Amino acid sequence: MSIFEYAPAPESRAVVDIASSYGLFIDGQFADAADGAVLKTLNPATEEVLAEIAVGGESDVDRAVRAARRAHEKVWGPMPGSERAKYLFRIARLLAERSREFAVLETLDNGKPIRESRDVDVPTAAAHFFYYAGWADKLEHAGLGRDPRPHGVAAQVIPWNFPLLMLAWKVAPALAAGNTVVLKPAETTPLTALLFADLLRQAELPPGVVNIVTGARETGSFLVNHPGVDKIAFTGSTPVGKRIAREVAGSRKSLTLELGGKAANIVFDDAPVDQAIEGIVNGIFFNQGQVCCAGSRLLVQESVAEEVVERLKARLSTLRVGDPMDKNTDVGAVNSAQQLERITRITDTGAVEGATRWSAPCELPDRGYWFAPTVFTDVSTAHTIAREEIFGPVLSVLTFRTPAEAVAKANNTPYGLSAGIWTEKGSRILWMADQLRAGVVWANTFNRFDPTSPFGGYKESGYGREGGRHGLAAYLQEGAL
Amino acid sequence: MSTRLEVRKTYKLFIGGAFPRSESGRTYEVHDAKGGFLANAALASRKDARDAVKAARAAQPGWAGATAYNRGQVLYRVAELLEGRRDQFAAEVAAGEGLRAKEAEAVVSAAVDRWVWYAGWTDKVAQVAGAANPVAGPYFNLSVPEPTGVVGVLAPQRSSLLGLVSVLAPVLVTGNTAVVLSSTDRPLPAITLSEVLATSDVPKGVVNILTGRVAEVAPHLVGHMDVNAVDLSGSVGADGVSWADLEATAADTVKRVVRPAADTEPDWTAVPDGPRRILAFTETKTVWHPKGI
Repeated sequence: MSIFEYAPAPESRAVVDIASSYGLFIDGQFADAADGAVLKTLNPATEEVLAEIAVGGESDVDRAVRAARRAHEKVWGPMPGSERAKYLFRIARLLAERSREFAVLETLDNGKPIRESRDVDVPTAAAHFFYYAGWADKLEHAGLGRDPRPHGVAAQVIPWNFPLLMLAWKVAPALAAGNTVVLKPAETTPLTALLFADLLRQAELPPGVVNIVTGARETGSFLVNHPGVDKIAFTGSTPVGKRIAREVAGSRKSLTLELGGKAANIVFDDAPVDQAIEGIVNGIFFNQGQVCCAGSRLLVQESVAEEVVERLKARLSTLRVGDPMDKNTDVGAVNSAQQLERITRITDTGAVEGATRWSAPCELPDRGYWFAPTVFTDVSTAHTIAREEIFGPVLSVLTFRTPAEAVAKANNTPYGLSAGIWTEKGSRILWMADQLRAGVVWANTFNRFDPTSPFGGYKESGYGREGGRHGLAAYLQEGAL
Repeated sequence: MSTRLEVRKTYKLFIGGAFPRSESGRTYEVHDAKGGFLANAALASRKDARDAVKAARAAQPGWAGATAYNRGQVLYRVAELLEGRRDQFAAEVAAGEGLRAKEAEAVVSAAVDRWVWYAGWTDKVAQVAGAANPVAGPYFNLSVPEPTGVVGVLAPQRSSLLGLVSVLAPVLVTGNTAVVLSSTDRPLPAITLSEVLATSDVPKGVVNILTGRVAEVAPHLVGHMDVNAVDLSGSVGADGVSWADLEATAADTVKRVVRPAADTEPDWTAVPDGPRRILAFTETKTVWHPKGI
């Protein structure tokens, strides 16, 4: 229910052409899967079928890895860094030129609001390519050795929550460092990766340097286990990350993991309330809460808890939940039926275990996958909703009295990806930042990303960093320690 | 004229700054390179490993919270005492590794110099590995390396002092604490090193050293939920140890794993080419704050 009635402001679908079916992009060409297997990708806001995509089987993955190997040995490996750089600059510029197409396609395939695809996902993806382009011929100055060598063939498995952005986070540094790539997009969000293949055609990137093999969980498994792969980069859930680490053990394949999180967003009594509320809302409702670094636990100082929660609920009641293609929309669709089931199941434990549930009053469309922004109060650290990653628009509110208690509660999790601190006192910001066991600490802000800024987790949120000089390390051989 | 009987040293574990025997009460024979009896060493058990992890965790916040300058001074003092005891170390290395006196002297010198090199890194790692990131917006953004926490170290099997120092010192530089499994067959220099650590201002629990069978204890260390990272160097040449299996065990807790460099023990005399071994046990934390009036 919104305070102001806005007229609809729909973005047009006409800017992007979606084919009825797509093949696998291997060695510069599209081709069907060897056994002809396909699956359908849907628009999660309407459940309409957008396209049929190929499901890569074992022989397809093998073909892609071989193509990447050939390209590495014959073309990309021998190519000087300054030439690699220029391909990456081309890609960055093309992405900026075609940004509207990519943004619309991303929203249709993923369900996220067009404002997010347009203002965050696509521009940041282009920026990643631009940033890493400049590193390609400066690797010896990155502090990673005098003559750092790429691994060779990089297998990259990415999630559905930021499809194009995750592609950029993976492909840009890999290519800059001199590797070639076999990328496996997520099952439910392949379309921007496939459009990216078309962009690579325009950039005239040599065949085999980037290969895109769509499919399902098994496709990813074939890729990770292929003996011809030198490096694996995975972003996804912690349980799958652990499985990959187990499978890789003993193989000497290099591995980096970006896994789950259950971040604490900590609000002190002296925090500027309006800003803190915006930060809390952004922290858990940006991208429908489908973010590994979401601020899914609000730790609010007891003395201001009531006021903060009241104002939070008022603010949430103004959020517009609905058609992701409408430029007024704040909260879009959940990515799939499977995800909606998971969010629903874990959220239902909240009331059962004794927390108090509140959802923003909003009319949800009857088709598509939707979940109203939800807040739980009276949450204890033992509750399932305080411990497990929900990956949806559900916030658990806990309280604390002292900074030390906030730190203890914030760190009391196997995860360690991100954290938020809201306070006006500078020394307290710096002290809290020191104490929090998290790879990214946002102080008086939240969900800021930048290609120059390393991102990654402590503990079971994974290892390795993406972005910045540190992000190159994953894609270069370590050399003798 | 009768020759004087020497008073032999008892070699025990080093946990939490103390020298306990193994809680299992077990020992095993340590021999010199020619097969002669040297000593009985404690045969560490799973419980000893767990006690050691507990001590290491308890000591970690204090060690990490010390200033880099302070850590550098403490590590340098370790080198001072190592130097002072060089004859004792040389004798143990010569006997255990079958080296001539001159070779053993060279090994001890290299070990001391290696330790000094690492001591000098404590207050420089952040400058080399940190970064002020030029983000595209009005934000202060800083990345810094932090210690990962408690590190399990499998010390090299053959190089019982220089190899040991080469894997232990880098762990301590940034504020990690360590549980070390010494070489199974050549454990004595590790325990003598413990004596140096115990008398050189290193806070108790920062380094813990277990002697025994790597195959028996390593899986428990590598599987322990409160160990953040493991260095598997010592699995090379250790009986019944597969580093691939240990790496698979480590996956269950998303541990950071340093694999053995090769399937044979490296030449530890090579001076490290940079701080990579230090950085292998750090996490990068990036902090953002808006700029505004």
